[in-house]
Amino acid sequence: MSRYRVEGQPEGPLLETVRQGLSRNAISDIDQQAQERTIGWTRVDRPYAPSFEDGSFAIADFFLFALRIDKKSIPVKVVQKHMAEAEAKRKAETGRDFLSRNEKKMLKEHVLNVLSLRIPATPGIYDILWVYPENELWLFSTQKAAGEALEGLFAKSFKLSLVRLFPYTMAEFHPGLTDARRDLLNKLTPSSFTKRDES
Amino acid sequence: MMDVVYALKRFDFLGKEFLTWLWFALENQPDTLRALDAQMSSLEIGNRLVLHNKNQQNTETVAIRGDAAGMEEGVLALRKGALVAEMNLVYRSGDESWQFTLRGDTLDPASLKVPQTGRLETKENIEGTAIEKYHLYRRVVDLIRALFSHFLELRLDSRWQSAVLPSFRTWINTKEG
Repeated sequence: MSRYRVEGQPEGPLLETVRQGLSRNAISDIDQQAQERTIGWTRVDRPYAPSFEDGSFAIADFFLFALRIDKKSIPVKVVQKHMAEAEAKRKAETGRDFLSRNEKKMLKEHVLNVLSLRIPATPGIYDILWVYPENELWLFSTQKAAGEALEGLFAKSFKLSLVRLFPYTMAEFHPGLTDARRDLLNKLTPSSFTKRDES
Repeated sequence: MMDVVYALKRFDFLGKEFLTWLWFALENQPDTLRALDAQMSSLEIGNRLVLHNKNQQNTETVAIRGDAAGMEEGVLALRKGALVAEMNLVYRSGDESWQFTLRGDTLDPASLKVPQTGRLETKENIEGTAIEKYHLYRRVVDLIRALFSHFLELRLDSRWQSAVLPSFRTWINTKEG
């Protein structure tokens, strides 16, 4: 689990703002497209049929939904095979026995596009719990890619920012932290647990 | 507030100091820890403890794994100046138990096992189970927050140098592995 603090206030009523943000940025299928990767929101209970109109993401005093990252992974050897075939075909068409770097680059783009249309995306689903009275959000993953995708999509969807919670930010957001203690915190240096002569 | 990426690196010692202090507090001040969480029956180190000893060239790692593992190597590493980088904890409350691993860099609970909840069947069940699960996860998040807040109070106080560190040194030098 990764924890975040939600910073800022929504522009409109919270529930409606969240419903709109989720609906407008719900995941769209890319299986029939050349696109290799997409991210969007989905439902925890129906991750392959995202719809937020019934408001079921709002439970007690939290919002429960999920981040879905769909990614097409084309095996390197499949790309190599199709590239070899495409290069051979191109050489035969042009009557040359070599291809320029630019031609190879264009061929690779074409091969990847064709393969992307044929290979279905693998979905990754990461549950999210937004405890709005406490401005806290939990992502049920510690993957860096999931965290980065969440931070970007959250800002785009709700016009609110997320601050990752780790020891320093936990201290910074501690309700009892006075200005004097914040100064002390910012000047902290490592303690020596074994030697007596530390500063 | 300081830039988050910079702060993550600049204060990477803070979480490790917290976990190191927590080992000391678990053994020496269990009542103080219990007072931070009225529902706690016990809090113990579980099946994983990782210590890092960072010097100028590299970081030496000592990992202790297994339910019945001895702590001798860990104690020895502490005496040499290592800090706890990862700690698996078992938290008990009544008949229920939670188990999770804290890493010093984030203090996020990883490999979190919470008490079992009912099966999902109907929409009402989904909501009920979600609320139940939320409260089970909440217990761990609140526990981490309470422990860290207590540590922070000490760490930013003069008692850290005058009382906590001397007590820690006495403990580690007299502790049998």
